[in-house]
Amino acid sequence: MKVVLENLTKRFASRSEKGKDVTAVNRFNFEIPDGQLVGLLGPSGCGKSTTLNLISGLETPTEGRILFGDQDVTNLPPEERGVGLVFQNYALYPHLTVEQNIIFPLQNLKGNQKMSKAAMHEKALEAAKLVQIERLMERKPSQLSGGQQQRVAIARALVKIPRVLLLDEPLSNLDARLRLQTREELRRIQRETGVTTIFVTHDQEEAMSISDLIIVMKEGIVNQIGKPQQVYDDPVNLFVAQFLGTPAINVLEGELRDGRLMIGGEAVLDMPGKADGAVWAGIRPEGFVLDGNGPFTCAMERVEVMGRDVSVVCTHEKMTGRNIRAIIPAESRVDTDQKTVRFSLKPAKVFVFDRESEARR
Amino acid sequence: MKTKNNWKAWLYLLPAILFLAVFMVYPLIDVCVYAVEENYSFAQGEATGIGLANFRYVLSDPYFVQAVRNTFLIVIITVPLSTGFSLLIALGLSSVKRLQNAFQTIYFLPYVTNTLAVGLVFMILFRKTDYTEGLVNLLLAKIGLGGVDFIEGPYWAKMFVMCFYTIWVVMPFKILILTSALASVNQDYYKAAKVDGASSFRIFRKITLPMISSTVFYLIITGFIGAFKAYSDEVALFGTNLNAAGMNTIVGYVYDMLYGSSGGYPSYAAAAALILFAIVFTITYINLTVSKKTVQYV
Repeated sequence: MKVVLENLTKRFASRSEKGKDVTAVNRFNFEIPDGQLVGLLGPSGCGKSTTLNLISGLETPTEGRILFGDQDVTNLPPEERGVGLVFQNYALYPHLTVEQNIIFPLQNLKGNQKMSKAAMHEKALEAAKLVQIERLMERKPSQLSGGQQQRVAIARALVKIPRVLLLDEPLSNLDARLRLQTREELRRIQRETGVTTIFVTHDQEEAMSISDLIIVMKEGIVNQIGKPQQVYDDPVNLFVAQFLGTPAINVLEGELRDGRLMIGGEAVLDMPGKADGAVWAGIRPEGFVLDGNGPFTCAMERVEVMGRDVSVVCTHEKMTGRNIRAIIPAESRVDTDQKTVRFSLKPAKVFVFDRESEARR
Repeated sequence: MKTKNNWKAWLYLLPAILFLAVFMVYPLIDVCVYAVEENYSFAQGEATGIGLANFRYVLSDPYFVQAVRNTFLIVIITVPLSTGFSLLIALGLSSVKRLQNAFQTIYFLPYVTNTLAVGLVFMILFRKTDYTEGLVNLLLAKIGLGGVDFIEGPYWAKMFVMCFYTIWVVMPFKILILTSALASVNQDYYKAAKVDGASSFRIFRKITLPMISSTVFYLIITGFIGAFKAYSDEVALFGTNLNAAGMNTIVGYVYDMLYGSSGGYPSYAAAAALILFAIVFTITYINLTVSKKTVQYV
């Protein structure tokens, strides 16, 4: 089921009388294709959870429309939208067993959708098998680990075969190792069911690793939508560039002059066809190449060996933030005794942004 | 750690033990002793023998039988009704947004009002005097019903006022406790249930009620105990001569036997008190057994 968001806006009234209204979601336009796994990504407070609540129907939009396929669901209550929602804390009913939790949505069906007890059990078992918890049906949620609770929550959301599956920070309550496993699981479950899935996260790695599409939000406004790699390789503005990637992109004060990028008096890279002016220069950590004759000179700080590759930490007077971090292959020999280190830069890994608007140039 | 310095532990416990021994343990034993001493008299300070004659006397005393009947009626009528009404009001309170605090204060006012003052108000509402029929009777007359003397009239009318009064007095505390119990239920459960398509009645029955069941049972158990010990409310409405009004309770009977105009019989009072204890103990035990099977401790 494709999901269409048209001009979706949500404003919350301010708590104090004089304060301005808070716009949590501002004119969100997008069409999510059928059967895709979409990551809604942004820092906390950017409106991503509100967007999810709008799609689920727990909040009503101030303006705009939501369509599932061709059906306008903007004014439908949550139960009539056919959505499955997984909460950040799972919200499993603690007094019910796993099976009773999963069956709960089926028991609410009315009219000709009503099911027999046997059919409900079968459906619940099917959903439980999908998330591999069929052995835990008689347990109470308190007797399950975090990962198992998460699976129960997903089974409960899927048991009615929703048109859209929504997950709010699905991995944030899990420890690091489980998080890696679970995100693979999420991907598998989504593939198997083919349900259009939207999940919210503030962890860019999580979003990039499993999503078909990511939507980067900031302060209620959608900044960029695209395939993860495409957004990473081609950020539209400084915020998106900074938000994606670990270690984060290095941002330096720079200047465009005569088709060349100048940083601190050095012409570090040819950038033909770009207008002159002050810019932010963003260099991905993997964009540095160790080069004794390279144009970019930094003061050496230290070298961190991480096995697969080496992280060269150095400083530069034009650098915003603390240190420049360059990641180079482990084979390269870095002389840690020298005071300075010289790099040449990979053109595809260097982005320039307008100093004022922070938009890509 | 096990036995070393044990005397120190006892030393620390001493103040509490002394206090409890003097004001709790000794009187308890004393009550048991009084209850089995036959024909004990205050004046001589001696009894004619040991036996169960006091219990036999109390159980065959029509005033005591009346008091037991009154007490049981009050318990059976007021505890379920007050708990049910309180739950309804607490649900209402937790679903209104505006003026919630104002409503909470209003509903809590009876709790901080003096019992006797409330009794006076009820007198004005229900009592028939030479000068007025009482407010309730005036209202009854408006809708074409004859007046009843609720304070000195027929038994059912007095029992009605009594239960009405008791329910009204105990509700504020229950509302307060239930409102906070409802507030402590995580909102995500409601959101989840809403997305899952549960009707509001089903949400209440399947989610809200189990989540607050331990609080509800706490209120029922303490409500039973409190209602069995009813006395001051009766005095507030019907005066100190409860036997004459036919509205005595077990605690009232105990008091009358000790200090009432026909008092001076500590043995009968002690026997009645022990019977009350046995009743309360049994009911509470049943309550706890039932609650263990149904309450969800989450």
